[in-house]
Amino acid sequence: MTCLPDRPPGAPALGLVIDLDTCVGCQACATSCKQWNASGHSGPLPDLHPYSAGAEGVWFNRVHSFEAGEGAAGRTVHFPRSCLHCETPDCVTVCPTGASYKRAEDGIVLVNHDACIGCGLCAWACPYGAREMDEVAGVMKKCTLCVDRIYNETIPEALRQPACVLACPTKARHFGDLADPQSAVSQLVADRGGQALMPDLGYRPVNRYLPPRQRQAESQPIEDQPTPLDIKNPLLRWMGRVLTR
Amino acid sequence: MPEGTTPAVPRPPVDQHVDYSVPVGDDVKSTTCYMCACRCGIRVHLKDGRIRYIEGNPDHPVNRGVICGKGSAGIMTQYAPAKLSAPLLRVGERGSGEFKEISWAEAMEIATGWLRQVRETDPRRLAFFTGRDQSQSLTGFWAAQFGTPNFAAHGGFCSVNMAAGGLYTIGGSFWEFGEADWDHAKYVLMFGVAEDHDSNPIKLGISKVKARGAKFVSVNPVRTGYSAVADEWIGIRPGTDGLFALALVHELLRTDQIDLEFLARYTNATWLVVRNPGGADDGLFARDPNGKPLAWDRARGAVDAALADLSPVVIGEQSLPDGRRAVPVFQLLAERYLDAEYAPDAVAERCGVPAATIRRIAAEIADVAFNQPLVLDQPWTDVWGRTHSQTIGRPVAFHAMRGISAHSNGFHTCRALHLVQMLLGAIDTPGSWRYKSPFPRPIPPGPPPAGKGAKPNTPLTGNLLSFPQGPDDLLVDDAGTPLRIDKAFSWEAPLGLHGMMHTVIGNAGADDPYPIDTLFMFMANMAWNSAMNPAEVIRILTDKRADGSYHIPHVIYSDAYFSETVPYADLILPDTTYLERWDCISVLDRPIGSAHGVGDAIRQPVIAPDRDVRPFQDVLIELGARLGLPAFIKEDGSPRFKDYPDYIVNHQRSPGVGPLAGFRGADGNKKGLGEPNPDQLQRYIENGCFWRDQLPPEQQWFKHANQAYLDGAKAMGLIPNTNQVVLQIWSEPLQKFRLAAEGHGERQPPAALRARVARYCDPLPIWYPPLEHEAQDLGHFDLSAITQRPMAMYHSWGSMNAWLRQIHGANRLYMARTKGEALGLSDDDWVFVESRTGKLKCQVKLMEGVNPDTVWTWNAIGKRAGAWGLTEDSPEAVRGFLLNHVISEWLPAQEGFRAANADPVTGQAAWYDLRVRVTRADGPPVSEPHFSTLREPPNAPRRIEILQYLVKAKA
Repeated sequence: MTCLPDRPPGAPALGLVIDLDTCVGCQACATSCKQWNASGHSGPLPDLHPYSAGAEGVWFNRVHSFEAGEGAAGRTVHFPRSCLHCETPDCVTVCPTGASYKRAEDGIVLVNHDACIGCGLCAWACPYGAREMDEVAGVMKKCTLCVDRIYNETIPEALRQPACVLACPTKARHFGDLADPQSAVSQLVADRGGQALMPDLGYRPVNRYLPPRQRQAESQPIEDQPTPLDIKNPLLRWMGRVLTR
Repeated sequence: MPEGTTPAVPRPPVDQHVDYSVPVGDDVKSTTCYMCACRCGIRVHLKDGRIRYIEGNPDHPVNRGVICGKGSAGIMTQYAPAKLSAPLLRVGERGSGEFKEISWAEAMEIATGWLRQVRETDPRRLAFFTGRDQSQSLTGFWAAQFGTPNFAAHGGFCSVNMAAGGLYTIGGSFWEFGEADWDHAKYVLMFGVAEDHDSNPIKLGISKVKARGAKFVSVNPVRTGYSAVADEWIGIRPGTDGLFALALVHELLRTDQIDLEFLARYTNATWLVVRNPGGADDGLFARDPNGKPLAWDRARGAVDAALADLSPVVIGEQSLPDGRRAVPVFQLLAERYLDAEYAPDAVAERCGVPAATIRRIAAEIADVAFNQPLVLDQPWTDVWGRTHSQTIGRPVAFHAMRGISAHSNGFHTCRALHLVQMLLGAIDTPGSWRYKSPFPRPIPPGPPPAGKGAKPNTPLTGNLLSFPQGPDDLLVDDAGTPLRIDKAFSWEAPLGLHGMMHTVIGNAGADDPYPIDTLFMFMANMAWNSAMNPAEVIRILTDKRADGSYHIPHVIYSDAYFSETVPYADLILPDTTYLERWDCISVLDRPIGSAHGVGDAIRQPVIAPDRDVRPFQDVLIELGARLGLPAFIKEDGSPRFKDYPDYIVNHQRSPGVGPLAGFRGADGNKKGLGEPNPDQLQRYIENGCFWRDQLPPEQQWFKHANQAYLDGAKAMGLIPNTNQVVLQIWSEPLQKFRLAAEGHGERQPPAALRARVARYCDPLPIWYPPLEHEAQDLGHFDLSAITQRPMAMYHSWGSMNAWLRQIHGANRLYMARTKGEALGLSDDDWVFVESRTGKLKCQVKLMEGVNPDTVWTWNAIGKRAGAWGLTEDSPEAVRGFLLNHVISEWLPAQEGFRAANADPVTGQAAWYDLRVRVTRADGPPVSEPHFSTLREPPNAPRRIEILQYLVKAKA
């Protein structure tokens, strides 16, 4: 079993804030993640049967689209799913080899592939389905928060963000320190009522989802008030209208 | 720079398992994406010549650093095993897939031989049609040089209704030539927008609109994508958007919530229309002796409508100086749309939208336009020389696209939407829809289409796809017979501005209006998802005459991938991928301009091809030289251009005007007009492979009547004169076609088409049920059937991509849960989908967010077994399907006349008019029709079972 680190109060908790109000389900986060990470820290991310039946690959980020509610009153939801970098994740504590670890300094949950034996316990322990088994290498892989981008000194500072955040065409993804109440992401969570996913389970996820904004109200129904049509000739109202250039 | 939240991440924690600063690659090159048609800027990171990572270019005006699901998967399109690898010559029967590899020298000899023979005898017998081609300024020019009128790209089956509806009404259009003012709009109304057109700009825009708290309403039969995040989704019945729009017009007029000043200043609402029923001038504008349209001035009577001090009368029949009677356009429109037939209560049931909703939407847009104007402290000067101290906007922005376009009433529906915008005064104002430079242009923009008088060895002068003003400009002979193989610009499609690719093969198969010799196609999957009826296209391509020769003797095809069309061609000219070639997103075609100024872009090769392939444009330029096309050879007969980049830099369409507008002139400091700059491409590369002009703030609004803007655009060669572009509510070109149908003038439609032309060439927007619906039992075929575009797949451009096909590998037929349950269906059940012409089998999925009388599926997911480098057990071939198999390319023949299943004004393919019946299916779980497996080309790469893509740099 693996221990969680001692995280001093206020230690950075890097994570994502995902805005369900503007996510249109375009899959940009999924494929940009795939291409960055395929050749990144955890690469390769194998794809089995890539050109035939049963094509299935390792993806750290998957977008689920579903409907909630009935008829026109319902809504279509696009829900991107990836590791939430929980503060107290069972996926780490169940690891028999110490391969799965949470970092004390920034809170990122990673896998040391050299120590991973591919037992899959972490995937069973994660209720969010965030673990991805590399069947070829026999090791577990997962979202790294693009740990090889966010500190990467060879990348311009403004682009030191996870690939999914940079790609997102509706700017629905934000990256930052959720332990710092002054950070932009924390402010966003505060402003928009950001929520943790299934907090009852007790894993204290770091990532937050912003719920859909209140929809713009429909104006009051227009009663069919007396109208110029009831005037004998409605065109007359424009007849004397004085217009200028 | 992306506007994401910049993190405060100081220094990396010590972690022996992580290399923090591995360089992304060893090189990075800018170019333009082509995973769809949106033309976003990308930066491609390379390592040892292989692609490491593709990111959005933060500096690029189209996508501003973001990149979509397709663009991010470009690596897998580049390395797909479906790539063609060498020129192929057919050695078996067409469709057998029996090819042999040949050299480029041999391929060019064969192509030149076939084409030369055609050009020397009858150039019309070449039909040269390209698909989602972004080099049309070259391909169209080449066709004209060849001397054939038979050229077009895919616009005829995509968006010509939007282009024609816009260009003949407001001098710009949705998408290509206009955009919503996402930065200021307070209310956005979106109609029928496919999720793959203009996708990143729209997504960026939606996020801004929602962050600002502006209301976003989506009118669409299906609640996916953008509709899913709209404040209000209006699940309209397909093909009734025009009726909905005209009911909005009715409501705005009824409640007198219109911008009459805008109409009087900027539209032809004040122009006088001759009222002379039965006369040859009925419905034409009253003009002065110089041809200038007249308006009725309150004090002076009939005067030049363009006068600065006009005080126009908009109601009342007037007597012209010559004694004729005339009425202002405004009166004609008010009379028509105040009629009770356009009242919300009268249209609600047909639209599937409650009347109260229509009234409410009308009230909401009027409230925003008139009670919440957006005022910018930005002075500007109009064409009458008056300076306005502020720029006042009507912040209601419209956007519309494919769901409007792909109906046989789409042209008029598009015009109806523009009419609503004009009534609101919401054209090119802050917060409304805005022109993208180089638009607005005169209405219509240009000269008539070239194509008359084709003769051997002789170029045609002018643009093949251009703008008729009336019957004299149509491409028909004296008997009214079409001159083009697709019948565009004939009485069947007088405003067929983009050609009619969907009719080419069908017409050629019937020798109607004449047989062709060579069908030359580029990146158009006509034997599958680009055809309205693929089986019929395949039948014609394999059809033989009595002597055993193929009905279409020669088929040349260029594509980069093994599509379903490849096996039906005789000669394959394998193209490069988008990352291996030069391209030019030209101002002569459809550039990347925005409301902030004109712009264009290039592609540059970022990796070298590893196969025996050539960029199609290079091949075309060489063919032009081999054939001796005048513009492609020097005086001594030698090739004028070495290759495409040489052409991009040095070709001049007219003096100083070339494919690229930026960095012109010897020193690269001229824009628009200027002599060729030998360093032009390098300058583009240094600038991120695009060029953009920034309009000064006083030129950014009311461009149709903004003198400084018009002067500047003229100076850059973007428009021919600096006249006000007067928006055309009443369309005189349409009335001219109608008058001809009523028996006036020298050129009149054939008898069989008169009633049709008279009906559909209405000078004001009309609505009519989709033509497809007229001749069938709508009780039996009780559902409308349409496609939607998934955001992560563009037509057939994604199934060879190992990543994208994991997202969309097989499609379902989506139907309303209530309907499906009434049929006893549940998810993944198999059903038959029958139309009047065909039957297919597929799986269903039930959903809530769909108009209950509509079924739909994702477009172009179904693949023919063996194509696109996929094994025949792939879900795309086993469970995927195309609606195309039950769509007819023709309407039911009437009195011997076979009309295309298309808009009667523009010829736009009416894909979404389809009506079907759904019943439970039995039998094996395989979609139908199921075609035989295609045989792979020679030397196709072995398909791997495990893909482990990895391009890793060392720390």
